[in-house]
Formats: sequence, C-alpha cells, structure tokens
Amino acid sequence: MTAPDAHREPTTTLAPTAGPTTAGRPADNRFKILDATIKRHRRQPDALLEVLHTAQELFGYLDRETLTYVGRALRVPPSRVYGVATFYNFFSLKPKGAHSCVVCLGTACYVKGADRILAAVQQAYHVPPHGTTPDGQLSLATARCIGACGLAPAAVFDGDIAGRMTPAAAVARIAPWMPHDQ
Amino acid sequence: MTSDDLDTVRARERAAFAAAPCRLAVCTAAGCLSSGAGAVRDALERTAADGADSPGLRIIGTGCLGLCHAGPLLRVFRAGAPDVTYAHATPDLAAAVVRQLPDGRLPDERQLPAMHPFFAHQHPVVLENAGRIDCERIEDYVAAGGYAALQQAMTEMKPDDVIREVVASGLRGRGGAGYPTGLKWSTVAKARGAGKFVVCNADEGDPGAFMDRSVLEGDPHRVIEGMAIAGFAVGAEQGYIYVRGEYPLAVSRLRVAIRQAERMDLLGQRILDTPFSFRIDVRIGAGAFVCGEETALIASIEGKRGAPRPRPPYPASFGLWGRPTLINNVETYANIPPIIRSGGAAYARLGTERSKGTKVFALAGAIVNTGLIEVPMGTSLRQIIFDIGGGIPDGRSFKAAQTGGPSGGCIPASHLDLPVDYEALAGIGSIMGSGGLIVMDDRSCMVDVARFFMEFCRDESCGKCIPCRAGTVQMHTLLMRMTTGVAAERDLTLLEQLADMVTRTSLCGLGQTAANPVVSTLRHFRDEYMAHILEHRCPAGVCRMPRAPERAS
Repeated sequence: MTAPDAHREPTTTLAPTAGPTTAGRPADNRFKILDATIKRHRRQPDALLEVLHTAQELFGYLDRETLTYVGRALRVPPSRVYGVATFYNFFSLKPKGAHSCVVCLGTACYVKGADRILAAVQQAYHVPPHGTTPDGQLSLATARCIGACGLAPAAVFDGDIAGRMTPAAAVARIAPWMPHDQ
Repeated sequence: MTSDDLDTVRARERAAFAAAPCRLAVCTAAGCLSSGAGAVRDALERTAADGADSPGLRIIGTGCLGLCHAGPLLRVFRAGAPDVTYAHATPDLAAAVVRQLPDGRLPDERQLPAMHPFFAHQHPVVLENAGRIDCERIEDYVAAGGYAALQQAMTEMKPDDVIREVVASGLRGRGGAGYPTGLKWSTVAKARGAGKFVVCNADEGDPGAFMDRSVLEGDPHRVIEGMAIAGFAVGAEQGYIYVRGEYPLAVSRLRVAIRQAERMDLLGQRILDTPFSFRIDVRIGAGAFVCGEETALIASIEGKRGAPRPRPPYPASFGLWGRPTLINNVETYANIPPIIRSGGAAYARLGTERSKGTKVFALAGAIVNTGLIEVPMGTSLRQIIFDIGGGIPDGRSFKAAQTGGPSGGCIPASHLDLPVDYEALAGIGSIMGSGGLIVMDDRSCMVDVARFFMEFCRDESCGKCIPCRAGTVQMHTLLMRMTTGVAAERDLTLLEQLADMVTRTSLCGLGQTAANPVVSTLRHFRDEYMAHILEHRCPAGVCRMPRAPERAS
C-alpha cells in the first residue's frame, strides 16, 4: 500500500480525511474512480446526478471541494451543482458516522409505531434525526419508505434491512457499534 | 441473434426445464432476503452438492412470492405433485427438504396449507413469473414465454398494430392517474420529430407501496420487453428507467438484465436482426418524492433539480431534452408483453367496464397477511382485505384503508364492498394510486394520519410554486394544533379553505393532491376532528393532549 499522503497535485485539497467507507485505501484511487465515471458519461452536464452519486459513494459525503471539482469536470456552474446537491435528500454535505441507522417512516411503518423506534434510538445514543454522534460513530437518518412495508416497522443498519423492529431491538442492534453502552 | 435463434434458445431451455422434474424456488426479493433467504439458498445449494443423489434438481432465486410477512418463503415444484410452500424457512429446513426429496416425502413443519386463501384468490398477470423463474437468468424468462411478444411485434406487426392492441386492451396508466395507455402511445407515435424517448417511471415514491420494486427485482426482463415494444410502437430508439435510489437491489438486477438482453440482441443495435434499434439506460433517483411527477422526473434525468414545470406542453410532444417522450410506470410496461402475446381483446375480458386487467397491490399496516397481491380490477376491498389479507390481527376491528399514498384518501368500513377500480375509488374521494393499500385498525387516529401525510407533502414540496410551498406548511401547522389539542373551530374552517385553494392552484400533482388525505378523512371521519377540536380528546388515544381541559367529556 502506498503512503496515503502521496497525492497528485490537483487533488490535494480535494481529498478529505479518509472517510470510513474507504479507510485504508489511498485517497488517489477515489479520484481515479470518479474521473472514470465522468469520462464514461463523456463529461456531459446531464450526468451531474450520476457523478454526484459516485462521489458520495467514494467519499461518504460531498464537501465543497468535491462539488467544485465535479462542476469543473462537467462544465456546470457551481450554483447548479450546489442547487442539485442540496435539492436531493440522498446527498449529504456533511461527513457521516462510521455506522448508519436509517429508520423507515413510511405509512406502513408509521401505522406500526416507527416513531417509537426513532425516539428510542435518539434517546439511547443522544443523536438527532439526520445527525451524527459527536464521536462520529453513528449517523441516524429517516427514510420516506424503503419498500419493506410487508415487514413493517423496518430499519436499515449499515445497509442491511431489518424488519419487524422494536425500539429495544433497534437500540440493541446499535450497541456493539458504540464504544460504551449508555 | 435472430428471431429463429431465440426460438431455439426457448426450445432448449424448455427441454432443460422438463428434464429437471424438481425445482426449489427461494424468494429473493428484498423482504425475504432481509429475513434470511440468502442463508436458506446457501443451505439448499450446499446440501444438494453434498448428496449427489438428487438428479434433475434445480435451485432458483425467484421474485417476490407475495407473502412477505412469512418470509423467507421456499416453494417446491415437483412434476406430477402439487406445489408446496414453506413459510419462515430456515437453513435446517431447507437442508431437510433437499435430503427428503428423493423419497418424495417432504417435511411437514412450516408448510402453508395447499389452498392458502392468500394465493387462491389471486389472478397473476404482471406477477405471473414470480416463483417460476430465476430473476437473474434471461434464459428462464425466455423459456417462460418472455420476449415472445417483442419477437411477435418485430416480425409480424407494424407499430400501428401494436398501438391498436394496446388501445383494445383498455390498459390505463398504473402509476395512479389512470390515463389510457393506448391513447398516450398513439399521441407520442404521431408526434413529429426525431429522437423520441421512452421513459419508465420507477420512482415509486408513495410510502407504503412496493409493487414496482418487486416487479423490478423479480422480473426485470418483463419491464425491458415492455419498453422495447413501446419504443418500436412510438418510434423511439432510446429508453431510460428512472429508479429510486432507495432500491439498490432493483437497480443491480435491472443492470444485470439489461446486459443479458444486450448480449442476446434483444436490446441495442438491430434487435433480433431487424432494422429496429433500442437501448436502455438506468438513471438513479436521489430521494426526492416530487420526481415521480413526470416533468420533474424529466428534469432529474437531465441532471437538474427535480422541479416540475407547467403542462402543456405535455411530455408526449415536449419531453426529455425537448423531444416527444413516452412516460409510463413500471407496472404499465409489465402489462404490455401479455397484451401483445394474447391480444388486447383477451386482456380486456379481465376487469370492469372502464378499468381493465389486473392491479397489483401492496398490502401493509394492520393486516394479517402483509405482502404483494394481484387481483382483477373490480375485486372488492372486502375480498382483498379479509379473504386474501386474512383480516385484522390482534382481534381489532377495521377502521379504514388508505390508498394512493399522500395523494390518496381513506376508505371507511361502509365502503368495503366497493369494487376497486379507478372510477369507484375516485367516487368516494380516494384514488387508485400506484397500489399501496395500508389498512388501519381502531388504534389509528385519522387526524394524525392526515397530519402524517401533510408532513410528508410539506417536506417533499419542491418549493417552486407558492400554494404548495406555503400551503402545506400552514395546513400542517393547523393539523398540529388539532393533534396537540389547542385548535379552535375556526382552524377547521381555515384548513378547509386552504385545502381547496392549494388543490386548485398548485403547479403539479404533488400540490394538487396534497390536501386529499385531509379532505377524505374530513369526509368520512369528521367526528374525530370535532372531538379533537371541541373536546380536546383523541378518540383513538393516539394524540397526546397535555392541555386538554379536565372537564372535557
């Protein structure tokens, strides 16, 4: 593995401190992948969403430098890049925690008491919805509907859908991620 | 590959099917996977590999079998014997099934009854391949008669003939509004201009709806085939599928399916060695409900903020990049292959006078059998909820069914015998919607339900037009006053006025329908609103009213 600080010149300011999703990988690679995506779309401005998706997958979130970089590459003004990045719920301009818990608040989950799950997780780990714990371990988010209505109430823990959740089960599922149980 | 070559593949696959007298189908839709279907499949494969004494056994990962709450589901098909379905399958059970297959005596535990009412009352058309095919093998789809409709259209029909069959079928848009599909197709076909587009709206945003997700995960080729036929009919060479970002599994299965179809010349240049070319690209949404609206969806495919624009011009004449564009929903395209295969007239025999065919519903909420079902149009809500859905659990009583998500309405018990079709639902102030059907029991407060949907619309309003941007905020505030027990009667008057204004003056469907849940709950459950306002009391016991006066009776 090469030294992580062996950045190419133009990317130095663009590489945020290695996010959890790419821990242990040289930062350079991520920009190579991003460049490949931009190239695959032939630098077309209409590929903005696709490229932002890739950028967020690579870096975990979209910081100002990344947005600028993408805008330049696609020849899209910064105002439009920022406008798109803030319009869609999927894009995050802030770093996310090492682990994620997404509580579904769709209608089926609402009918089956999803708000109690959300409240329990918030209370147990002192984390606001769409926020991250100060130690950066846990990000809590809500979803409009993840389409797992047959298993309501549902939540997603680090990408794995878990159905028929209870407040206690959700709190227990997160406990191993946290440095000290509360 | 030519049409004849495809016939050869079909014949070969069917022979292979016949040679495998036993198939074990594990449901690998997102629901069952999250309940452990992956481990069940591994156990099946491991056990089958261990004992070499199971010739003719095939293990497949199949699309949604429907009964999501009983997952993982495992279905056993044997030549000359009735199918057996296992609920809550475990790896141990799976291994036992494989071991006992040669003796023909399957384990009894966890077997669903042979004629389980959940399955017995359904009529699958869109979901016909669920359980039968492996969702990641194009050969399975071809063997089940897949791409035969595309072959037929390309080799025996003209674009006009295709449109005539779709018109004859009486198919209406399954995204919710119910616009006649044939009419839309002929408008786009007649539109002048080169470079037309076919777009599939897979931005299934209504909370409580997962029909499109299941179709894309379980039978992606069906949607691809429907889109290719549409491209042929309207004269488009490029298609886009816009899928919700929340559906990663559907996206990956779709991408696999597109690659497979390209390899077999069913997509791409010169399809089946004819002059017709058609390619499909996947576009992934980024979590904006408004993108389900067609002009917003177009803006999003173009890489912009998903803000709608006024219509006309309609996308049929001025759509993606200003070109004539056909936009249909996933389920609409999924209905096309059977319409072409057996003819529009045959399809039109199913359903009611003005709503033809079948409808897929996602049953969820306070109902015993949650999951995915498909019934002919005109089936009554009572049949859907009580016969297929198994009724209300925990000895509770039915209070309302909610259809159409945040644009829809609530249907009270007095309308349970209503035949479900576009007109009947509109007649009682709800809509067909895309197919989400949420059942609520007596523990649901209808004022809080209205608040829930208004909160949704408030958050998802794109902010472009004032009635929707400001109106949803104000209506939500008024509903909050009611659910916290501080509302007065004039708040209700104001709410009704605002609901009317927002409905009449909003730019797009989101705002125009945002007040529907309020209007419909007011229509059927006005007494609950009055209890909240006059007595500061929540009859269902959902709303907390700290300021409720003691003397309220």
